[in-house]
Amino acid sequence: MSRFICPSCEYVYDEELGDPREGWPPGTRFDQIDPDWCCPDCGVREQQDFEPLDGDSDHSRVGEAR
Amino acid sequence: MAVQSVPATRVEWRDGKRYLWIMGAVMPLVPFAAWALVAATGLDLFWWFGPVFVFGIIPLVDLLTGLDRNNPPDEVIESLENDRYYRWVTYAFIPMQYVSLVWGAWMLSSGGLDVLDKIGLSLGIGMVAGIAINTAHELGHKKEQHERWFARIALAQPFYGHFFIEHNRGHHVRVATPEDPASSRVGETVWGFLPRTVRGSLESAWGLEKRRLERRGQSPWTLHNDVLNAWAMSVMLWGGLMLAFGWEIFPYLVVQALVGIWLLESVNYLEHYGMLRQRTESGRYERVNPSHSWNSNNIGTNVLLYHLQRHSDHHANPTRRYQALRDFKESPVLPTGYAGMIVLTWVPAIWRRVMDKRVLAHFDGDITRANLHPRKRDKIIARYGARAGGAHAA
Repeated sequence: MSRFICPSCEYVYDEELGDPREGWPPGTRFDQIDPDWCCPDCGVREQQDFEPLDGDSDHSRVGEAR
Repeated sequence: MAVQSVPATRVEWRDGKRYLWIMGAVMPLVPFAAWALVAATGLDLFWWFGPVFVFGIIPLVDLLTGLDRNNPPDEVIESLENDRYYRWVTYAFIPMQYVSLVWGAWMLSSGGLDVLDKIGLSLGIGMVAGIAINTAHELGHKKEQHERWFARIALAQPFYGHFFIEHNRGHHVRVATPEDPASSRVGETVWGFLPRTVRGSLESAWGLEKRRLERRGQSPWTLHNDVLNAWAMSVMLWGGLMLAFGWEIFPYLVVQALVGIWLLESVNYLEHYGMLRQRTESGRYERVNPSHSWNSNNIGTNVLLYHLQRHSDHHANPTRRYQALRDFKESPVLPTGYAGMIVLTWVPAIWRRVMDKRVLAHFDGDITRANLHPRKRDKIIARYGARAGGAHAA
């Protein structure tokens, strides 16, 4: 199970936990999510913009400095 | 500039507006101020003080106090956001708002006012309702659940709870595109914009919640629907006020709500007038950047609206707290603060005289890159198109 981060606001989608409020039950794989589904916290970036979190920590700062 | 010997991570910076932010929480007292002025002078005219304050005094303060371009340096943003003083200032608005509303309802029912006085007072209560939508806006963008609840409580007064859903998940996604009901177009008057944005935002909010609940296998007709539970809160609030003070206050509750909604949607009108995100090669709209929102650094309105006028940074970083929002050089700038700009919207000919040339300049003389009112598109291009020929920036 992997985690994906919104490059704008650092919301993290964890496949293990899903996001039941958004309609993604625990275990929903990230690639099963609608590419147009937008970040539930900031609304600025969409599923297709999210970045894998594990093993590539540099990405967590992207979008911070505009 | 003084040379600092402290490590680079410890930058000294003072928020010059730190204590001014309290003014936002004092704003709900405007209806009381109207009462005090009537009591002090004996002139019933002062029941109309609310709109005079918002459209007369605040614009004057903006003109007299000028601009504040001060930006917090990157190094202090995090500590500034974590300084809890700033969020308490916004929370304090809500009890003030409710005290003011309950007092206002009591005054409407038992204050011995005639109809004209009551209308004046309702407009004042409506000014607070509109500014409450702004407070809700600041709180509704935050990740903390309790702040999102505070947002709904603030939105109960103007009966506009669906704003919190549509704004965050609709407007922010589609801002500065023709698909966004809350982004105004060149040639569109505020009076044409109002019904379009109110209706479009309502439909969008409902659709967003309907789709979310569908994914969960639920019908939209449930109190889990954030549109419905936000409205339920308004029904309880308005119902409670009418139980306490009589159904006769109902028309005035409607008036204050309409005024609040009009104030908020007028601000929407001027925040993105004519701005348009271009399409990238993949067909998607380019990412929202600071050039897609009008900004203003006028101190008066900025303090009362929690830096809402630093709108570019807000759209680039919607969860960022108000005290940490920065001004960007590449953002288009309004000639004065929001309060004064709203006055200009009342006469569309004046609005267009002031704003259309600024939109044109923003797009380097090429009006076809702006968000144009479809019905007036040919006319606008005929007027400004001849001067096109500015380099098309990629």
